[in-house]
Amino acid sequence: MLIDLTQMRPGETGVIKEIQGGQGLMIRVRSMGIRYGKKITKVSSHFWRGPQTIDVGNMQIALGFGMAKRILVEVER
Amino acid sequence: MDKILLIGNPNIGKSAIFSRLTGAKVIISNYPGTTVEFTQGQMKIGNERPMVIDVPGTYSLEPTSKAEEVAVNMLKEGDVVINVVDATNLERNLHLTLQLLEKDVPVIVALNMWDETKHKGINIDVKKLEEYLGVPVVPTCGLTSEGITELIARLPEAKTPKLKFSSDDQRWEMLGKIIGEVQKLSHHHHTFWERLEDLSIKPWTGLPIAAAVIYCTFWIIRLIGENLIGYVFEPLFEKLWLPLMVKLSAILGEGTFLHHIIIGNLIEGKIDFGQSFGLLTTGFFVPIAMVLPYLLSFYLILGLLEDFGYLPRLAVLMDNIMHHFGLHGYAIIPMMLCAGCKVPGILATRILEGRREKFIASVLMAIAIPCMAQTAMIVGLVGQRGGQYVGIIFLTLFILLVVKGLILNKVLKGTSPEILIEMPPYRLPQITAVFKKLWMRIFSFLREALPLVFLGILFINVLHILKIIDFLAYIFGPMLMKLWGLPKEAISALVVGFLRKDVAVGMLGPLNLTTKQLVIGSTVLAIYFPCIATFVVLIRELGIKDMVKAAILMLTVALLVGSMLNLFL
Repeated sequence: MLIDLTQMRPGETGVIKEIQGGQGLMIRVRSMGIRYGKKITKVSSHFWRGPQTIDVGNMQIALGFGMAKRILVEVER
Repeated sequence: MDKILLIGNPNIGKSAIFSRLTGAKVIISNYPGTTVEFTQGQMKIGNERPMVIDVPGTYSLEPTSKAEEVAVNMLKEGDVVINVVDATNLERNLHLTLQLLEKDVPVIVALNMWDETKHKGINIDVKKLEEYLGVPVVPTCGLTSEGITELIARLPEAKTPKLKFSSDDQRWEMLGKIIGEVQKLSHHHHTFWERLEDLSIKPWTGLPIAAAVIYCTFWIIRLIGENLIGYVFEPLFEKLWLPLMVKLSAILGEGTFLHHIIIGNLIEGKIDFGQSFGLLTTGFFVPIAMVLPYLLSFYLILGLLEDFGYLPRLAVLMDNIMHHFGLHGYAIIPMMLCAGCKVPGILATRILEGRREKFIASVLMAIAIPCMAQTAMIVGLVGQRGGQYVGIIFLTLFILLVVKGLILNKVLKGTSPEILIEMPPYRLPQITAVFKKLWMRIFSFLREALPLVFLGILFINVLHILKIIDFLAYIFGPMLMKLWGLPKEAISALVVGFLRKDVAVGMLGPLNLTTKQLVIGSTVLAIYFPCIATFVVLIRELGIKDMVKAAILMLTVALLVGSMLNLFL
């Protein structure tokens, strides 16, 4: 099923299907390796709509809640 | 070959390679960039002495921020680019490489962090990668200098393949192909460090860890600082320096002009390092015996935290709170630097995205975070009256930080941008690197702060002799008394506070203040205006207009807070 990154559970793995949002956001997250077709694993999400941490490839990236909301991920549930 | 640029993603060891290339003779100068500072140094290849420039890390050459814009502009000036690549993060790093290979400049790739690929189960076919990219690829390790000689030797082989991609997607497609061919991953077990990384970023375990780290940090800084003062610096001054000063005092003769400047006033016939206020007595004692021990211990601990890789994780944990102040979590990094010295702290606000955050962060730091020199003096001076009074000062400043942040966030137009940062892997700090950094920071304190301390003390002594202080005290005295309950002599501390805060706090010492007055005086000194060094950096970073706004804020807040303390304490 298709959900956004904030809805993933810690430890869950999914594949990025869509990044909604402006060109600026696209370039920023893409140049960090977050892009269509990438497999990501959610590590944690922080309280009160706090930042979300994910594993992408060999690295761990933290991104704001709003950004994470606009990244759609296909997960198996 | 005149200019060699080091370009790569952030935090992949460019600076380590930079210091390896330029060797011991590094002239680190600050390039006046608009958003970020470049470090440059000279290296030696045969008879040539090209300039090496450490360009700040960037993820992309499609400028999305000012920092990246500057990096792209820098590219036009370079004769050769050493593209530093993190071998453990090949895909994302090579994305920047492909963009560089489209430009009209020769490129050579340094495959850095090579040593880490082995235990991460990453196997890279360097020959094949070289064929695909069409430029030399040299495995390196900046920390151990492995591969640096080969990198230098192969510099002339740098090539300009001028690749063409019609879109970013095409670039990623090409990358996918390259990675598939050159990189093989074997399974590796999670190491202890990786488990700790995960634990410190999950809220339920991360927050207690953060609390423990912060508590231990304060505790250790205090432990080291106090002991250095008690067992090393004070005895040195009492046993070695004092006898010399006593002799000098006798030679100069009490009451003469020179005696007044160099030794200062005798307190009950004796030299008192805290109260005499001569150049070689208090002028030497304050920066060396009171401030330096705390600076040493603070920068040692900060260096360890920085090198370990913990700070970005703390930033993520604090992100939520910081948004209430119009900042995101990463702003804690300038703030932590600021607790050491405001100048590097304010410079570090360049890592924040926009003008709004820079302004908020700078004002908050200038007003509510005292530097270590000032903190050490407050602890030293007010601490004698009881720890709770030091507590009152820092609690006041903390409340100020919070209230100020909340208000600025409401009043200023715009919203705070979201955090987007990479978590560095945990690494055991290298002791030599930590001490090198510690020495650089201490050296810059000795070089830049010490002359100002002397100047401050000289200046105030001259003002005293010329009776200018008496004049100022006559004009402002009634106001000081009415608003803050301070005696008119406290004006001299406020005057010196424009130059150095540590000396200014020290000047409250000889005034025989009540504890309440001491608390108010120390708090007001922290708030009312930044020291000259901070002031200069603030003007450079914020511009005159915003600096004026900030200055008005500071004076208003100092008036309010001082008066409130005077009413309620």
